[in-house]
Amino acid sequence: MGRLTRGRGTERRPHPIAGLVVSRVAAGVITLLIVSLVVFAATQVLPGNAAFAILGHNATPLRLHALEAQLHLDRSAPEQYVRWLSGLLTGTFGTSLANGQPVWDLVAPRLVNSAVLVTVSGVIGSLIGVLLGAVAALRKDRPFDHAISVVSLVVTALPEFVVGIALVILFATVVSQVLPAVSILPPGTWAWQRPELLVLPVATLVIVIVPYIFRMMRAAMIEALESDYVEMARLKGLPVWRVLLVHALPNAVPATVQVIGLNLLYLAGGIVVVEYLFDFPGIGQALVNAVSNRDIPVIQLIVVILAAFYVFMNIVTDVVALLATPRRRIAR
Amino acid sequence: MRRREWLSVLTRAARTRRGTVGLALVGFVVAVAVGGPFVTRVSPTDFVIAPFSGPAPGAPLGGDALGRDVLARVLAGGWLLLLMAAAATLFGVVVGSAAGISAAYLRGRPDMLIMRSVDVLLAFPSLVFALMLVSIIGPKLWLIVLAVGLSHAPQVARVMRSSTLDISERDFVKAVELQGVKPRLIMAREILPNLITPLTVETGLRLTYSIIIIAGLSFLGFGQPPPAPNWGLMINENRIGLQLNPWAVVVPAALIAVLTVGTNTFSDAVARVALGVDRHAERITPLEAYALEAPR
Repeated sequence: MGRLTRGRGTERRPHPIAGLVVSRVAAGVITLLIVSLVVFAATQVLPGNAAFAILGHNATPLRLHALEAQLHLDRSAPEQYVRWLSGLLTGTFGTSLANGQPVWDLVAPRLVNSAVLVTVSGVIGSLIGVLLGAVAALRKDRPFDHAISVVSLVVTALPEFVVGIALVILFATVVSQVLPAVSILPPGTWAWQRPELLVLPVATLVIVIVPYIFRMMRAAMIEALESDYVEMARLKGLPVWRVLLVHALPNAVPATVQVIGLNLLYLAGGIVVVEYLFDFPGIGQALVNAVSNRDIPVIQLIVVILAAFYVFMNIVTDVVALLATPRRRIAR
Repeated sequence: MRRREWLSVLTRAARTRRGTVGLALVGFVVAVAVGGPFVTRVSPTDFVIAPFSGPAPGAPLGGDALGRDVLARVLAGGWLLLLMAAAATLFGVVVGSAAGISAAYLRGRPDMLIMRSVDVLLAFPSLVFALMLVSIIGPKLWLIVLAVGLSHAPQVARVMRSSTLDISERDFVKAVELQGVKPRLIMAREILPNLITPLTVETGLRLTYSIIIIAGLSFLGFGQPPPAPNWGLMINENRIGLQLNPWAVVVPAALIAVLTVGTNTFSDAVARVALGVDRHAERITPLEAYALEAPR
């Protein structure tokens, strides 16, 4: 296709993937703008008087007035939104209502810790899932395949906090005490400086995401193994490892990339419960605390960060999956 | 005849091995949660025993963090989770189907508008979306049902939209269109009845997620307020005493796990029957099938 249409003027035509990236980024920016509107509406405008909700029984007219001024609740809603959005874009996130600290100072170190948690879990989970999926596909309908498929069906359905509690019971309290039950990091230390504290939160998240990656990888690998080009390669008498690595695997990668992307997105929500369960100082735990304290500026920033992560990861996943698809690399 | 299609799918699924196992697991938990409040004679909020004491003659599962009877609290603490999960699922499936079918059938501007909203809602993880709404209005139960249902709607809408796109091209739809029937009636009477099978599969999947999210919110402390017995809340209240009385955590956690595993196993059986996935073909759940072809 590409070769046939090559001729006059093709140099000016943008690369198909560049075009895709541009249009996806544009759509992503619009989505994020609407997301910011939703976040703003849900936390600051919707219920009438946010200041009253925050102060509750402590609401004296004086304090109400002070808080309204601090949150700019005395201005009109559009003015509040523009002020808040321009703050987001310029990096002025305001101060926490709970302790008066700048919001960014509170969120930034936690963001790093959460990123470590998600990255380590994502990498380990993907490796295990891809490996198990490939092996199960090769052993299709044999005992190993059946056993692991049933296990994955069961584990898929387990809530994160049940998996986490089970691990705490097994390794940190009742059955044995080889690992710490809570992952409290002393202030000023980073997650990677205390790897033993990461073990149980990472294990919980890995157990929750592996079944999805496994099942996708298995399905994609079976499809690739039963395809004409793999049969052709086999008939040519190529060695098994070559058929697997050079012919089957590359065609199973795009589907797996999609699932790994989906799972990273899932992790963005999954960390909330897991961080809370293990007292791990990340943005998930910060979000739960902020919701308990009705700390609006912190809630707003963390929700926007998580949504931005979703939009960004979606674009990355699509582009990587496209780049990894041998058939789709050529423009249609 | 097609009105009973979903029923026949469910009964055929129940007869498969996975379906039977799933149904038995769900049935057990439902029996505990629904029958429990009638069986227990001990009040779930009375202080009857020393905090975190182990199993004793009066209290077979011991006491909780405040010395209340764990068994009584387990028996009384499940029905609301079932009710809220069912309500959230119903709400999400109804809103999502309405949006998905309208988007696919009406095309053009409504389609664009609905799918844009879907993209926006998808950017919020379900739990985070619920937490955000709860932050100001407070953990009202109706709000949690609404938030969880709404966070399901985008995925349901996507599935229903792609199914509707296929069906609205069929001859019987074209024939009714030529008779000048209103779009609203075509969607309700011609298209919807043909989507019952994917809808049944999708509902099962969403039910499992609803239970996970609502129980998770309770675990985080955003559900029924403390004195009430509630499985998710019990796990959180009693986990500091794991060493002393593990039953106060293990039993509610196990019941939630059995419930979600049961609904998921039964949904899997339904998906196989409904989508014609027999044991010689691939074991792909709707979620995977969706992710495989997801033309995002």
